[in-house]
Parts: sequence; structure tokens; C-alpha cells
Amino acid sequence: MSTATRPAAATTRRPATATLPSALRLGLARTSLEIREFFRERDAVVFVFAYPIIMLAIFATVFGQDGARVGPGEGVPFAQYFLPGMVATGVLLSSFQNLAISISVERDEGRLKRLRATPMPASAYFLGKVGSMLVTCVVQTALLLAVGAVLFDVTLPDDPGRWWTFAWVFALGTGSGAICGVAFSSIPRSGRSASAVVIPVAIVLQFISGVFFTFGDLPAWMQQVASLFPLKWMAQGMRSVFLPDAAAALEPSGSWQHGATAAVLVAYLVVGLVVGVRTFRWRRRDDG
Amino acid sequence: MSTLAVRVTGLHKHYGPKRAVDGLDLEVEQGEIFAVLGPNGAGKTTTVEILEGFRRRDAGEVSVLGEDPQRAGRAWRSRIGVVLQDVDDHAELSVHELVHHFARYYPGARDADEVIAAVGLTEKARTRTRQLSGGQRRRLDVALGIVGRPELLFLDEPTTGFDPEARRSFWDLVAGLRDEGTTILLTTHYLDEAEHLADRCAVVRDGRVVAMDAPARLGGRASRHALVRWQTPEGPREEVTEAPTALVARLAAALAPDGGEVPGLEVRRPTLEDVYLSLIGEQGADIDLEEVSR
Repeated sequence: MSTATRPAAATTRRPATATLPSALRLGLARTSLEIREFFRERDAVVFVFAYPIIMLAIFATVFGQDGARVGPGEGVPFAQYFLPGMVATGVLLSSFQNLAISISVERDEGRLKRLRATPMPASAYFLGKVGSMLVTCVVQTALLLAVGAVLFDVTLPDDPGRWWTFAWVFALGTGSGAICGVAFSSIPRSGRSASAVVIPVAIVLQFISGVFFTFGDLPAWMQQVASLFPLKWMAQGMRSVFLPDAAAALEPSGSWQHGATAAVLVAYLVVGLVVGVRTFRWRRRDDG
Repeated sequence: MSTLAVRVTGLHKHYGPKRAVDGLDLEVEQGEIFAVLGPNGAGKTTTVEILEGFRRRDAGEVSVLGEDPQRAGRAWRSRIGVVLQDVDDHAELSVHELVHHFARYYPGARDADEVIAAVGLTEKARTRTRQLSGGQRRRLDVALGIVGRPELLFLDEPTTGFDPEARRSFWDLVAGLRDEGTTILLTTHYLDEAEHLADRCAVVRDGRVVAMDAPARLGGRASRHALVRWQTPEGPREEVTEAPTALVARLAAALAPDGGEVPGLEVRRPTLEDVYLSLIGEQGADIDLEEVSR
């Protein structure tokens, strides 16, 4: 019972030279762990990958009956018109919605708190989230474009300028979506309520942002409300990639507004980052 | 002071008007198992979470492995291990994957497979945490807490929900960690657990330590009066005494002169539970042996 005669703590001591693994290495380790976990949650995988494709099929079929097309003159086929919106909505799902729900659940199950007690740096955790989110987004978008091209005869752009636009809209879209997802994850009171709180936000945004309808056909007030949120800008940016130049006339402003798109997405990125850093919690709300 | 793993002086933590921790002092020596006992709301969890670096204190001095947990960084966190009581991991990752992954966070981690074996989860290594039972999930938490080869391990109510056999093997595991030199700070509701494992324990009440000693000596337990009970033809008799040996000798001479047995002889010291309940001032449970014997 005495504490005075303990043997030397040889096995507990580690060499003084041992160094902590770098945040980058742990970020990569977490990325691979998160990807593995994501692909095992079958319902989430099916939802994230199939949803944009199914929605494209439904809306292109319904609106495109009897060869109907969007816009004046020759117009564009509905599948072509909806594809960019579906790309944007897919990014919203796998960045914003997926992160907001998964982080809430991890917090609720105490997994975040458990991580906080380890020497894993916070940056590694977020690197892992962003890394796995990027992988899902890329796979999901590639699938969607492939299905669009093969089954719905959507023509994909062949000039590098359009793919450059695609790249920066995709990067800013996934980035701002992820950061807003992290910030939003603190809002649901529990992991169980997370889906119920997050999904309606995503659905409403999809309907008002011109994902399922021709954006120009929406009421002006709805267009203005949508302009406050990033999905409308992401969808519009993607339309500028996949639609012919003449289709810019279908936009309420009559142009693709690349400057405004970049500005809004960057603003969400910065504001989301500031809010997220200030409000992020490793513990449950009822845990002090 | 270098032999102290944990040193706390005058710790205060208030939530509004409530003084959750109210001038608490604590010293945990390196290499011992130290149990913190106390009723719910006594300030145990708040204190331990301040030591783990989860919460900030309002006043007082805290040193854990020579550093202030409020300011300590990754290097310090790699020297402690924390087993929380409120983790309920339902992930799609297997025991094997999680323990191996957590091992990567630490310099000089233990062998992950050995850790899995030590907590008795080898057969469940390929099972996803979602499919584990509550007790198995707790053992996984213990595995994740010790895989980094911590110098100081915090165990918060570690055996809640264990069956008696699992608890016994868990106790052996904890004692084994102590024998390897790990300092262990344990909070528990189970007094038998503290009695079995702890080298020393502290009883916390209203945010302060009201007693701190080895379980056998807590609250002057060893020197407390004993109750001696025996049978006579007229019925049971009992007597409270400071010298039970002398009394038993007298009884033996009077009732069993031929070297036989004193009928129904019983000598009872206050149990850890008796002492604990009187220390925390539990109403009606304050077993005073003088009163019992009248």
C-alpha cells in the first residue's frame, strides 16, 4: 500500500528525443480514416452520390418532355441546363450538409472531446475533414458529369478557360461549404436532431437557388433572397461553365457575374472561418 | 515537489452563484493509484476536468506533470491519458483501426495489438464500434486512453456497467499499469473499487477535500472503535470497544474455557462505506457504532 517504494517508472518513460508527429502527417492519417468511415456509412454514401444524379434524371425528364428546351432561339436541353445546378447541389451536400451533421454527431457521442484529450492538433482534425470532403466531392462530381454525358447527352466543355472557371468555383464552393458546415455544426442541440436541423436548410436553399428550376423564372424576391446565400452563386458559376455563352441572357442580370460570385463565396469563406473558430466546441452544449 | 504528479492548492471554480469547487487541495504522488470519491455534484468531475485541461479554473494553483493544464500543449497531452465516462462511440470504424490510429498521435506509443489484448478485445478487434456492447465500448475507451503510454492516466468512473468478472479483470489491468509506473487518478462511485485499487483516496464534499488517506486509514478508520458481537444463552450481546482483542480474550476465557469457540463471535470495524457515508454527511446513513450498540 505504500507509495514510497515504487519501482522506477522505466516502461512509462519514453526517450526524450521522441518528437510529436506533424500536423500534416496526422491530417493525412485522419483524412484516410474519415474516408474509410464515410464509405462504410452506406445510407450516406448512397444519398451523397445518387441524389444529384437522381434529381438530374427527374428534373431533366419532367421539364424536357417532348424535346422542350430552355431559353430563346434554339435554347439548351433541360439536362444541360440542370447539370450545373446539380453539381453545385452535390457540393453543398457533401461539404456543408455532410460536415454539419457528422461533426454534430461526433460531438454528441463524445468523440470530439476524446480527441481533444490527445496530442492530436486541431488543425489535423480539420485537415482530415476537408481532405475527406474533397475526395467525396470530386468522386461525386465526376460520377455526375459522367452520367450526364453518357445518359443525358450533356456536352462537356472542351476549352481550358471554362475548366479554369470550373476549378475556382468548385474550390471556393467546397471551401465555403465546408467551413459553413463546421460553423453550423454547433447549432443542432444533439446528434439526433442534427439531420432534422441541417437538411431543411439545404433543401430550401436548393429550391430558391435555381437548382431545380430555371433561376430566371423564380419570383424576383426569391432570387434576391437566394442571392444572400452561396448556393445560388455556385450554381450560377457552374452554369457559366456548362452552358453556351448565349445562355447568360437567361440570368436575371444578363451576365455570369464571375466577380460577384467569387466575392460572395470568399465572403462566406472568411465569415464562416471567423464564426467557426469562435463558436467551435469540442464538448456537448450541456457539458459546460 | 518533483515526485508529485498532481498538485492542486486552493482550487476554485464557480458557475454563477454555485461554488462547484471551493478551495480544494490535492496531491497525487508519482506511481500511485489515487481515487477521488464523492457524491454526485461534489465537484469531482469539475476538478478532474480542470486537471485534464478541459476546463478553466477561477482561482488556485494547479500543476499536472509539472505544467499548468490551462496552458499546456501537445507535448503535455502526449504524457497524459484520459478515459472519459461520457463517450458513446457508434462509428463505423473497427477497434483495430481506432487503436492503431490513436497510437499514431503519440511519440513512443504502446503496441496497439498488445493494448487491444490487454483490455480483452482481441476477439472484437475487427468489430466496428457501433456493434460493441456498452462494456466493450468502455474497454475500447480504456485502450485509447493508454495506447499513448501515459505517465498519468485519468479514469473517470471506468467500470460503470461492467459485470463483476469484467470489473475484476479491469482492476488487474489498472494495477498492472501502476506496477509499470503509471500514475492513475481514478474517480469512482464504487467504494469496493477504491478499496481494492487505490493506494490513497480523497473524499470530496461541497467542492473540498474532507479526508485524504489510504483506504484502510481513511477518516481514522483503523483507530475507530470496533463492535464485538457474540451469542449467549440469553440471546445476542454486543459491545463497542477500543480494545477488541482484550475483550475477545476475556470472552474466550469466560465462555470457551476449554479452547473452544465463542458462540457467534463477530468483530466488525467500520467499513470504507461507513466511513465514507459519515464523511459526506449522508442523512440517516451516519453509522455511529456507539449508537448502534446503545
